[in-house]
Amino acid sequence: MGAAFKETKLPADAPKSQKALAWVDDRFPLSKLWQEQWGRYYAPKNFNVWYIFGSLAMLVLVIQIVTGIFLTMHYKPDSNLAFGSVEYIMKEVPWGWLVRYMHSTGASAFFIVVYLHMTRALMYGSYRKPRELIWLFGFATFLCLMAEAFFGYLLPWGQMSYWGAQVIVNLFSAIPVIGQDLSLWIRGDYVVSDATLNRFFAFHVIAIPLVLLGLVAAHLIALHEVGSNNPDGIEVKENLGPDGHGVDTIPSHPYYTTKDFFGVSVFLLIYSAIVFFAPEMGGYFLEYNNFLPADSLKTPPHIAPTWYFTPFYSVLRATTSDFMWVVMAGLAAYVVFIWLRSRLSYKTKIAITVLAVLVEIGMLPQVLDAKFWGVVLFGSAVVILALLPWLDHSPVRSIRYRPGWHKAVYGVFFVCFLVLGYLGTQLPTATYTLIAQLATLLYFSFFLLMPWWSTMGRFKPLPKRVTWTAH
Amino acid sequence: MNLTKKLLALLALVPGFVFANEGTFPLDRAPERSDIASLQNGAKLFVNYCLNCHSASSMRYNRLRDLGLSEDQIKGNLLFSGEKVGDMMKVAMRADDAKTWFGAVPPDLSVITRARASSAGTGGDYLYTYLRTFYKDDTRPTGWNNLVVPNVAMPHVLWQLQGVRTVKMVEEPDPHEKGKTVHRFAGFEQVTPGSLSQPEFDTQVADLVAYMEWMAEPTRDLRKRLGAVVVLFLSLFAFLAWRLNASYWKDVK
Repeated sequence: MGAAFKETKLPADAPKSQKALAWVDDRFPLSKLWQEQWGRYYAPKNFNVWYIFGSLAMLVLVIQIVTGIFLTMHYKPDSNLAFGSVEYIMKEVPWGWLVRYMHSTGASAFFIVVYLHMTRALMYGSYRKPRELIWLFGFATFLCLMAEAFFGYLLPWGQMSYWGAQVIVNLFSAIPVIGQDLSLWIRGDYVVSDATLNRFFAFHVIAIPLVLLGLVAAHLIALHEVGSNNPDGIEVKENLGPDGHGVDTIPSHPYYTTKDFFGVSVFLLIYSAIVFFAPEMGGYFLEYNNFLPADSLKTPPHIAPTWYFTPFYSVLRATTSDFMWVVMAGLAAYVVFIWLRSRLSYKTKIAITVLAVLVEIGMLPQVLDAKFWGVVLFGSAVVILALLPWLDHSPVRSIRYRPGWHKAVYGVFFVCFLVLGYLGTQLPTATYTLIAQLATLLYFSFFLLMPWWSTMGRFKPLPKRVTWTAH
Repeated sequence: MNLTKKLLALLALVPGFVFANEGTFPLDRAPERSDIASLQNGAKLFVNYCLNCHSASSMRYNRLRDLGLSEDQIKGNLLFSGEKVGDMMKVAMRADDAKTWFGAVPPDLSVITRARASSAGTGGDYLYTYLRTFYKDDTRPTGWNNLVVPNVAMPHVLWQLQGVRTVKMVEEPDPHEKGKTVHRFAGFEQVTPGSLSQPEFDTQVADLVAYMEWMAEPTRDLRKRLGAVVVLFLSLFAFLAWRLNASYWKDVK
């Protein structure tokens, strides 16, 4: 039990606002929350431009929610009316075109910002102990974001909406035994139809956003509990000043308030330029084919997901039956490698081997076809990100103090990701598939071999203080 | 940080990897015809020639007021069969009749210029080329064929304006497969003259296409004009935010 309730007494001539705040603070920790989460949250003072993307993601989330609410007022989740209602929003609802473009551009902006936010975490080791949970909450947020984008993309009910959803839901049918029933259950019909549109609408406007908001809150609470990492990857809490705060830290307010203000204004400048001058972004943000109403009898010649899914989609397409032999050889080599070079316990190694043998059997063309494993690799390419805190064994967090060739490894990884993304927008050709397969192997090797390569090479000594030059 | 810069430079390249040309009939660029008179002419052509079979179901007749037409002008010149001026541009033809007559339902044209954009050109370029490359082909049920959409179901609606043309094809070795030949387009041959000369016809089609581009997004001009103001405002805002931030951080040692 806490202390008995006591009303804060302020002098009679105190300003009204101060009295009101005191009244609230006695009943709800308003000032306390503000101070803990932002006002007196001491952050490292050496944040660089990479540290803006978290705040920007919050901003885009707000934009998406607010514009989404207004779109919902005019949109009709009905397969006969959906396409027309979007055009109604574009042409007849006052400022509807602006709200819709803000929402469609916001979707792509969200992914750009989040991918850059994740790149930052990768470069500076922001997921390392004690920030594993921040990373996991963030990862779950990313999953939600992908689901949100996928469900939302069906709503305009254009050709690409329809066939994109058809292709992705069909992926579930590759799962043995339950697959067919599962995809039927997801669609609520034998093809993507009105039933599918209605449930996707429900997921898009309430179910996923609710989870998303909860996860973002958890992400921020965890961050403000353990404190922010910084570009040097050293722990600023280990070097405290006389005031009890890190000597290299600075209160978020007003310093990062003003910095974020500036970052936000630059972001809005770019975002507005797209909204007002290139809302289709050359067919990447709004796909041309999606201006044709959905037609269940006309399959478009080239179905590609929106750009933010294409890196993972490329992995799926790269998994051909020939490529499965390479995957099987790779898996076998990896298990041998674990036996030779890993310090895992004997029992764990046995367990890994048994599991690998089962998977190898499953990968035989007589057992499960390549389509299923394509879906598995597609999912794994996303999920493997969650394991980063336990894969990275580097003695330093930040790339700044890693051996020079580590930067090249990261470089290759980022190039692979971009190449996979690009190839996913293209029709597959023999050469493209080969490149995608190579990039897929490199993508997974980056993660699976990280426990070893991240410890190798000569690391630079960590500084006592953060790298900082006054403005 | 050097690596950061390199990565950012790489990201900047991404939008540059545009789609490769799909290797269809090369598209002509639709001339810029955005003045009011051209758009009004385009609207007239659209209502007269397209709207008999195609609908534009997200477009109201009285939206044409945005093109400087009065309601009376719209009523007098563009409404033929008892529509009201506030009606959508619907079509009387039933879908299954269309299927019987043409073999396909004519698509709604509300946003067709946006749908037909591709790496080969804008949707306007596509329509401008498409509408000008019809030719007489007696092997087709309608008697017409098209270079942009081979074996198209639509007949040459503007034939009285353009006249009747046939197409010259030459046999050439297939560059992709040895020993095979392909037909290559080698020009049109005018059989009977139309009511318009070729340049006049091209201008009429350009007006029609310009109208259809306007119809696909009537707010496009407003969007761009407003965009200039917003970008200008945000530039100023960004400058102030930059200076504000600098004034706070200058004391941080």
